[in-house]
Amino acid sequence: MQKSLLIEPEKCTSCLQCEMACSFEHEGSFNPAKSRIKVFEFEHGRRAIPYTCTQCAEAWCLHACPVEALARNPTTGAVEVKEDVCVGCKVCTIACPFGTINYNRDSGKVAKCDLCGGDPQCAAACPTGAITFVDSDWTGYERMKAWAAKTDNQPRA
Amino acid sequence: MDYVVVGAGPAGVIAAETLRRADPSGAVTLIGDEPAAPYSRMAIPYLLAGDIEPAGTHLRHGTGHYRAHGIKVVKGRRVTRVAAKSRVLTLDDGAKVKYDKLLVATGSRPVRPPIKGIDLPGIESCWTLADAAAIARKAKPRSRVVLMGAGFIGCIILEALAARKVDLTVVEMADRMVARMMDRQGGDMIKRWCEGRGVKVLTSTRVEAIEKTKTGFRLAIGRRAALEADLVVCATGVAPNVEFLKGSGVETEFGILVDHGLRTSVPDIFAAGDVAQGPELITGKPEVHAIQPTASEHGRVAALNMAGVPSHYRGSLSMNVLNTLGLISSSFGHWQGLPGGEIAEASDPDHFCYLRLCFKDDRVVGALALGLTQHVGVIRGLVQTGLPLGPWKKALQRDPHQVMNAYLDLTKAVP
Ligand SMILES: Cc1cc2nc3c(=O)[nH]c(=O)nc-3n(C[C@H](O)[C@H](O)[C@H](O)COP(=O)(O)OP(=O)(O)OC[C@H]3O[C@@H](n4cnc5c(N)ncnc54)[C@H](O)[C@@H]3O)c2cc1C
Repeated sequence: MQKSLLIEPEKCTSCLQCEMACSFEHEGSFNPAKSRIKVFEFEHGRRAIPYTCTQCAEAWCLHACPVEALARNPTTGAVEVKEDVCVGCKVCTIACPFGTINYNRDSGKVAKCDLCGGDPQCAAACPTGAITFVDSDWTGYERMKAWAAKTDNQPRA
Repeated sequence: MDYVVVGAGPAGVIAAETLRRADPSGAVTLIGDEPAAPYSRMAIPYLLAGDIEPAGTHLRHGTGHYRAHGIKVVKGRRVTRVAAKSRVLTLDDGAKVKYDKLLVATGSRPVRPPIKGIDLPGIESCWTLADAAAIARKAKPRSRVVLMGAGFIGCIILEALAARKVDLTVVEMADRMVARMMDRQGGDMIKRWCEGRGVKVLTSTRVEAIEKTKTGFRLAIGRRAALEADLVVCATGVAPNVEFLKGSGVETEFGILVDHGLRTSVPDIFAAGDVAQGPELITGKPEVHAIQPTASEHGRVAALNMAGVPSHYRGSLSMNVLNTLGLISSSFGHWQGLPGGEIAEASDPDHFCYLRLCFKDDRVVGALALGLTQHVGVIRGLVQTGLPLGPWKKALQRDPHQVMNAYLDLTKAVP
């Protein structure tokens, strides 16, 4: 069974361990600016949400690529960037409606979450369980539940 | 079922692959007039800059991709006529090809302004792999190059020519660079940035005539001035390849008119990509959006409908991303604004930073961004989904840079 990142923002304390782990895994340095997962803060840090690619089924990035530099890893289900093929044209960065594939000026290529080949370091580093790596079915279920809870008629506190 | 796709660019290739998947038993033929394996024009600048080899421009890699997918590729053959009643194509060698469903994905070709000397040998367009090879032979370090046209394509070529370390002058008729993708403010910032990096940029300037000199060319600009050049590259616009459809009954305006299913006015003939003029996402008006994402989306939807899988295309969204010597800019949708809409801008010219959002009613309909590379895709997300902004509209009007937070909140990603 393929696994996905399950993100539960209510558990996020904005400690940025995920960004550190991600940049270290991919860039070899602790540099949140280069992280493929990004924590966004609301209300001056009172709420935070870790945000990264959901490896969506539509794969807008993949379809927009002019040179087939993006491909889905059949084992992990992640859409991965082939750095040796990517020409750095950035069309995927404007085509992806989630904003989760971005240009890296240093490499001259684009970068996105690749689930670390099946062992996502952000999840491993998260101390509060806000990011976990779980069976895909379960995240689908949880997402539906979360969505249903938000779209019902109850006013939000 | 015999499916024939004319034009082996991104729209044609994606359509052929989609046809194969949607109708495993149909015969799929892809006919293109260029000699090389199907490639992406938009990879040409990176070839010119020396970043990749010619094979790096190919749409699909690995030998035998098309054969493995049961797609018959006919290279170096031009379709010259379409007999719609009998459903027969004529090729330039006289051969006839029968079709049941036809996709026209013939793209566009460069056009030049009608001035004296414009067709002299050695004045190059930058549209095909062959063009790129011709430019590469002549664009040597320090050679004097005049680039005519600073539109989107011109500016992409500018970047590649600069990488070849030529002595570069850009001549543009309009009052600013990338006039169709940037407003005055953004265009001026790009110009100032390029000038600061050693490129001469002449806007509101017209090349009046070109003549041959002993070593190259002399370009008359304005009344008295002239430019000397070893190489002239022309990026002065394009026209769709529709001539071979004469007599077929396929209706054209600027491009081939298509509906939300990419159908033309003639049954069983479809069109996709740069050659097609189809509904725009927000207004629904027929427009040509000559960009890679539209070619890809058109190709897919057209193929599905050809194969009998009813598919509705909501419409194309104009979007571009440009790198001019390290300054990255992007544009989305109706960045000029729509009648009755509102506009919010945040600009920091000293740091070459600019963000402009255009609203209509309760949604974002267009945007410009300069100096922004992280998460720009969410702007497409907002425009594409037409997400009602609610209270975020006011917040965005105050500070356009809140766009990511607005997006996250509105898509309910935040608890
Ligand atoms: C230098 C350059 C840079 C670009 N950069 C970008 C960019 O950064 N972002 C972006 O979104 N877009 C960019 N584009 C535009 C993009 O390349 C096009 O939108 C895209 O190629 C359109 O695909 P298409 O399949 O519709 O047409 P094309 O790619 O033009 O393919 C059509 C093919 O059909 C062939 N053909 C024409 N007539 C016939 C006939 N009668 N019989 C047989 N074959 C025929 C043509 O020769 C061609 O091979 C760039 C273009 C150029 C030239």
